[in-house]
Amino acid sequence: MEATLSAPAHSTTTSANPWNGGRSPFKVSWGKLMMWYFLVGDSFSFASFLVTYGALRFSYNSWPVPNHVFRAFPGVPEDVHLPLMFVSLMTFILIMSSVTMVLAVHYGNAEKNRKKVAMWLFFTIIGGIAFLSCQAWEWTHLISEGMTISANPFGASAFGWLFFIITGFHGFHVFTGVIINIIVTSNVMSGVYDRRGNYEMVEKVGLYWHFVDLVWVFVFMAFYLL
Amino acid sequence: METTETHHGHAHSNTGAYITDHVHYQDVEGVIRSEEDHGHHDSDRNKKNFIHTWIFSQDHKIIGKQFLITGIIWAIVGGAFSNIFRMQLGFPDTNMSWIGNVFGDRWVENGHMTNDFYNMLITMHGTILVFFVLTAGLSGTFANILIPLQCGARDMASPFLNMLSYWFFFMASIVMAASFFLPTGAAGVSWVFYPPLSAIRDASLGSKGGADMWLISMSLFIFSSLLGGLNYITTILNLRTKGMSMAKLPLTIWALLITAILGVLSFPVLLGAAILLIFDRTLGTSFYLDKIYIENVGAQPHEGGNPILYQHLFWFLGHPEVYIVIMPAFGMVSEILSVNSRKPIFGYRAMVLSMLAIAALAFFVWAHHMFVTGLNPFVGSVFVFLTLLIAIPSAIKVFNWLTTIWKGNIKYTPAMLFAIGFVSLFISGGLTGIFLGNSSIDIQLHDTYFVVAHFHIVMGIGAFFGMFAGVYHWFPKMYGKFMNRTMGFIHFWLTFAGAYAIFWPMHYQGLAGVPRRYPSHAGYESFNKFGELSEFITIAALVVFAAQLLFVFNFFYSIFRGKICHEQNPWKSNTIEWTTPIKPGHGNWEGEIPTVHRWPYDYGKDGQDFIPQTMPIQPGESAHHV
Repeated sequence: MEATLSAPAHSTTTSANPWNGGRSPFKVSWGKLMMWYFLVGDSFSFASFLVTYGALRFSYNSWPVPNHVFRAFPGVPEDVHLPLMFVSLMTFILIMSSVTMVLAVHYGNAEKNRKKVAMWLFFTIIGGIAFLSCQAWEWTHLISEGMTISANPFGASAFGWLFFIITGFHGFHVFTGVIINIIVTSNVMSGVYDRRGNYEMVEKVGLYWHFVDLVWVFVFMAFYLL
Repeated sequence: METTETHHGHAHSNTGAYITDHVHYQDVEGVIRSEEDHGHHDSDRNKKNFIHTWIFSQDHKIIGKQFLITGIIWAIVGGAFSNIFRMQLGFPDTNMSWIGNVFGDRWVENGHMTNDFYNMLITMHGTILVFFVLTAGLSGTFANILIPLQCGARDMASPFLNMLSYWFFFMASIVMAASFFLPTGAAGVSWVFYPPLSAIRDASLGSKGGADMWLISMSLFIFSSLLGGLNYITTILNLRTKGMSMAKLPLTIWALLITAILGVLSFPVLLGAAILLIFDRTLGTSFYLDKIYIENVGAQPHEGGNPILYQHLFWFLGHPEVYIVIMPAFGMVSEILSVNSRKPIFGYRAMVLSMLAIAALAFFVWAHHMFVTGLNPFVGSVFVFLTLLIAIPSAIKVFNWLTTIWKGNIKYTPAMLFAIGFVSLFISGGLTGIFLGNSSIDIQLHDTYFVVAHFHIVMGIGAFFGMFAGVYHWFPKMYGKFMNRTMGFIHFWLTFAGAYAIFWPMHYQGLAGVPRRYPSHAGYESFNKFGELSEFITIAALVVFAAQLLFVFNFFYSIFRGKICHEQNPWKSNTIEWTTPIKPGHGNWEGEIPTVHRWPYDYGKDGQDFIPQTMPIQPGESAHHV
C-alpha cells in the first residue's frame, strides 16, 4: 500500500505496476484470493478457541497428563498402554492426506490429467474419512472411560470440554473438507474442469485441506503434547 | 478468468467469464437484454423473471437495496423499542398498560412494564441497531452499491455468494424477529450478552429461549457478514478497472475495504465466543461459569470456567465492530464533503493512512471496555495508552474534513448537511471517548449514562448520519430519482438538534452516577433531581423518532413519486459510478468499462469545476498533490 500511495499521481495507466487496476495485483483469481482471506478469518475462530484453552488451562492448578489420557489403541487389551500411539497414527493419516492432495493439485495444474487428479483426490477423501473414523473411535473410547463434555475423571474438568469442542470443531472442518472433496472429485470425473480449461477448484480445496491439516498441528500440540 | 493477461488486455471483461454468462443490461425502460459483446444468448435468461430480478437477484445494486430496506425496517423496530423504554424512563408514573395490548399482558404489572420486558427492549434495541442496522444495513448497503460502481466492475467477484450473504442476513432477521413471539420473550441480557446472565437459563426470563435464538441468529449473521466481507475485499483488490490504482480509489472504497478486513478478522472470534456460550447453555460445559448460586433457583452445577473470558472474546470483536460501524461513514462523508464543497479532499493520503491506523489499533484496545473487571492495573494502563493513540488518526480525519470544506463553494444538499453533522457528532462523541479511555475516569463513569451518551453520539447517531448522507447522495444512482429536499432539510434539523437534545443531557446524568440498564431511577433519592431532565430526553427521543418516520416516508415516496433525475451526473461528481446510465442494468456499463486516468478529487483544478476520473491527463495540466 505504501508504495502505491507514494507513487506519483500522474503515473500513466499503462505502467507495469500490478496495482494499477484492470488485473489482479497478486496474479491470482478472485476465487483463490477469497479462499485465502477466508482461511485467515477462520484461523481467528480457531485462535479464539485456543486462546480459551490457554486462559482456562493457566487458571487450573493441575492439568491431566496426556500420556495417561490417550493411551488406548483399538484391538489392544486395556491393560497394555500405548501412550499417544493412536493419535500419532491419526496425525500421520492426516498429513499423508495432505500429501495426496498436493499430488492432486499438481496433476491438475501441470498435466490437467483428469484420471490422476481424481485418483489422488480419492485417496485424500479416504484419508479424511479414516481420520474422522479414528476420531470417532477415540471419542467413543474416552466417553466409555467417563470423560464427557461435562466431566473428566483424569483431572481438570476443563480438559474434557475443551478437548471435545476443539477437536470437534476441527473434525467438523475435516468433515466439511471431505464433503467438498467429494463434490470436486465428481466434477473432476465428469470433466467440468476440463471444459473450464483449468483445475483451479482443486487448488482451492487443496488450500482449505492444508489449512485444516495445519490447524491440527496446533490442536494436537495443545492436547497431546503440552 | 484466471489468466491475468485477459484482465490486462480488456478492461471490460475483467469480471471474468463467470459474470459474462449471467450479465444482462436493463435499459431505462426496464427491458432486459443480454450482453451483445460476448454473444451469449441464453433464451431462458432473457425472459423477465420477477424472482430472479427482484428477490434472488445476483445484481449487486438490487442486493444493496435489499440490505437497505431490510435495515430500514429493523431501524424502525429498534427505534420504536427505544421510544418505549424511554417512555418508561422519562415518565415512570404514567400508566403504560397499552403495552399489554400490543405485546401481551404478561409484560405488564400494575400498569407498568415488567423489568424483564425492559431488559428485552434494551437488548433488542442494541442488537438490532448495532448489528442489523449499522453493520448489515450500512456497510451491506453501501459496499454492495458502491464497490462495483466506484471500482469499475460489472458486479461483485462472486455475485452468488453476495446473494447468499443477504439471505443469511435475512434468515438471521427472521430468527431474531421470531424470538419476540416466544412465551418467555426475546433475549433480555443486554446486547453484549455477558455470562453468567446469558449462560444460565434460569437466571432471568430473558436468558431462556430468546437467548438461544439470539445466538442462532447472530451465528447466521456472522456467516452473512463473512460472505459479504470476503466478496468486498476480493472485488476491491482484483476487479478494479484499468487505471484504477489504489491511490486513485475514492475514499469510500478505501473505507469499505478496511471495514471488510476488520469484519473478516473479528467476526470469527464472536462466532467462537457464541459457540462456547451455546455449549455452556445446552450441553453442560462451564467455559464461562464458575460456582454460582442464584436466589430462588439454587446452586448451579457449573465449575471451573471464567466469565471474564467471554468479555475478552466478545470485545475482541466488539471493539473492531464499532469501527466496522463508523468506517463506511468516514468514507462516504469524505466523498460527500469534497463533492459538495467543490474542492479536493484535503490530505487524501493522510485519510487513508489514518483509517489504516485506526483499523490496526482497533485490535489492541478491547480491554478498555473491561477496566472494572479486576483487570491488572498495569495491563489497564497499556490499554489506556493504546486507546488514546486512536485520538491521533481520528483528529487527523476531523482536521482534514474541516480543511476540505474550508473556503469551499459549499452546496447545502441534505447529504452535505448530514455529512457536516457527522463531523460535529464525531468531534463531540470523540472527545468523551478520551474521558472514557482513561481507566481512572472510566472506573467512575463505567455503566453510567455518560457511556450511553458517548457511544450513541459517536457511533450510533454518527454512523446514522453517514448512512443518511449516503442515502440522500446516492439515491439518484439507486432509483433514478431525487429525494425530496424540503423533507430532507426538516429531517436533518430535527435529527441534528434532537440528537444533541437527547444525548447531551445524558452526560450530566452520567457524571452524577446515574446507572444505565435500570428500568427506573425513581427509588434513588440522589437521582430525583434528574426526573425532569429525563422527561426532556424522552420528549426529544420521540420527536427524533418522528423525524425518522418522515425520512422513511420521503424514501418510499421518492422511489415512486420523486423528482426524476434526467442528468447522468447530477452532483457533478468525478467518480465513475456517474458514468453509468441513469438507471444502470446488471453489468452497470453498456459498453466497455471506462478507463480511469486520475484521482477522484479534481475539483476546481485549473479553473475547471470538476474533471471526471475518466478524463485523460491533459498536456500542460498542473500536477496535484495527493
